[in-house]
Amino acid sequence: MVSIEAEPRPRPRRRGIQDTRGYRVFRVVNGIVLTLVVLVTLYPFVNIVARSMSHESYLIAGEVNLVPRGFTLDTYQLLMSDSLFWTNYRNTVFYTVTATVVSIVLTTCYAYVLSKKQLKGRGALVGIAVFTMFFTGGLIPNYVLVTSLGLKNSVWAIALPNAINVFNLLVMKAFFESLPGDLEEAAAVDGLNTYGILWRIVLPLSKAIVATMVLFYAVAFWNSWFAAFLYLDRQELWPVTVYLRNLIAGATGAENVGAISEANEVQAEATLKAVTIVLTTLPILLVYPFVQRYFVRGIMLGAVKG
Amino acid sequence: MSGPVRVAPPAAEDQVPRGAPVPPAPPRPPRRTWRRALRRDWQLYSLAILPLLFFLIFRYLPMLGNVIAFRRFQPGGNIFGEYWVGLRYFKMFLGDPTFWNVFTNTLALGALTLLFCFPLPIVLALLLNEVRARRLKRFVQSVSYLPHFLSIVIVAAMVMQLLSMDGTINQLVRAGGGEAIPFLQRPEWFRTIYVSSEVWQTVGWGTILYLAALTTIDDNLYEAARIDGANRWRQTWHVTLPGIRPTMVTLLILNIGTFMAVGFEKILLLYNPLTYPTADVISTYLFRVGFASSNFSYAAAIGLFEAVIGLILVLSANLIARRTVGTSLW
Repeated sequence: MVSIEAEPRPRPRRRGIQDTRGYRVFRVVNGIVLTLVVLVTLYPFVNIVARSMSHESYLIAGEVNLVPRGFTLDTYQLLMSDSLFWTNYRNTVFYTVTATVVSIVLTTCYAYVLSKKQLKGRGALVGIAVFTMFFTGGLIPNYVLVTSLGLKNSVWAIALPNAINVFNLLVMKAFFESLPGDLEEAAAVDGLNTYGILWRIVLPLSKAIVATMVLFYAVAFWNSWFAAFLYLDRQELWPVTVYLRNLIAGATGAENVGAISEANEVQAEATLKAVTIVLTTLPILLVYPFVQRYFVRGIMLGAVKG
Repeated sequence: MSGPVRVAPPAAEDQVPRGAPVPPAPPRPPRRTWRRALRRDWQLYSLAILPLLFFLIFRYLPMLGNVIAFRRFQPGGNIFGEYWVGLRYFKMFLGDPTFWNVFTNTLALGALTLLFCFPLPIVLALLLNEVRARRLKRFVQSVSYLPHFLSIVIVAAMVMQLLSMDGTINQLVRAGGGEAIPFLQRPEWFRTIYVSSEVWQTVGWGTILYLAALTTIDDNLYEAARIDGANRWRQTWHVTLPGIRPTMVTLLILNIGTFMAVGFEKILLLYNPLTYPTADVISTYLFRVGFASSNFSYAAAIGLFEAVIGLILVLSANLIARRTVGTSLW
């Protein structure tokens, strides 16, 4: 469908003479529209940072938009002094790492098997995976299952039910299929078994795709909240997304905020929400510039076969 | 010791130099029986065991678990329920006015999402495609992808901040001489809020596949169109759009597949009892039936109904696409 390497590029056209007046007008309008797109996309980020660094009184008065008013970092200190926040942050890291490792192992194994075109039963194996993209058991049976397996309140309730993402699986399968078979054949002749071939020949050639998959899964698990919300009952087990969720939903988190605020004799509910948003978004924003292109590449690879 | 899967009979292949294109019809290997396949490829099959267990346990077992929609289920009891009750739960929700309300809401939100989130990435991709300065184009792309990487909780939190009584939107309302509106408590605003936040989050990322498809369009087609006197608008209409049609169809089918499951998590984060009249959808309703009222069988029946409609939608979209434009997922 699309070529992987192809960088989106504008189609070549001669300048000047060919541009009709209408097209010149269009280009100006286009520039304005795209500028607006950029501004609208970025505004919420700027706004949230401004709010997080403002004094509560300006927030409540509705006077904060682009720049902080009554600049203060006290609220940051306030949140950072909350041990639950840090516990939850550590949980997020732990869940993300564990779940990503499980996912990568399962996805890689299955994708490798599916990439063997001559394997008997391959069609059925692909079908088993693809069907689940369009039909799933649904929330309730899943909940009943996870509960009766005794996975509640453990990392496995987050890692196992979503271990393989079929889209990622297909991306990886497409990549393995594109590898030249010669090396594997040669390795087989040299007496390496299938596991050896996968581990010592195929995986070293697939570092790029494995890295992409790690990113795909890691971001998904880092961002996930619903499984944790559903299966983790105790607050010291929550990931930070659930911490934020409870804060904005005004549930248990609100008491929490109240507790922190009162303990420090500061009124900072609204600012505290903004600070929490900033601190949970920060890791994503920091790695984003470096990993973005891997995502794009992965998506396109998936589109070839998807 | 068994090797990896072998390609066709070596005899035929050895005559072809390595790297040369494979002849169109290589001699078929003799039909393999399962016994031989297993003996030869057991190591490969063994790699599939854990993933298969995952699919069976966490994907197919819950599908079977849907039988509780037809059976009486007791929490803590048998996961497949206690005894048959037939279509009782289905009759229950078909006669439940709340169900029809959430059903309508699901269709409305699904349709609005499709209406905006499907075409806007195409428009943005076309606009980006006209940008000549590559740096600028890159920059706009990078910025527009960004929201895709945020947790839905963060997006919901941002929406709440922007729409709060002291937030930016209400500052604008006040500046315009109006009274601040508690947007998130007003049912008449929910759809607008939901769809615009959805657009904010998905439109940039949605352009990727279109931009890739745009680069594959043959420049000669544009040249030919120019010679025929087509202006830019007509070039776009007659060359560009047909060129990205397969991508459009594929994404449309995929979008239709998620029609019924409209942003469950986002709605769960953004709605509240005041906005239920427009915000409550099938998935959020069954969530409350299941977890607030602990009526698992009833909730499972609703979920099964939703999943079956989703499957029917995607199958028919695929069929229609294949019949009419000749592009389909399978």
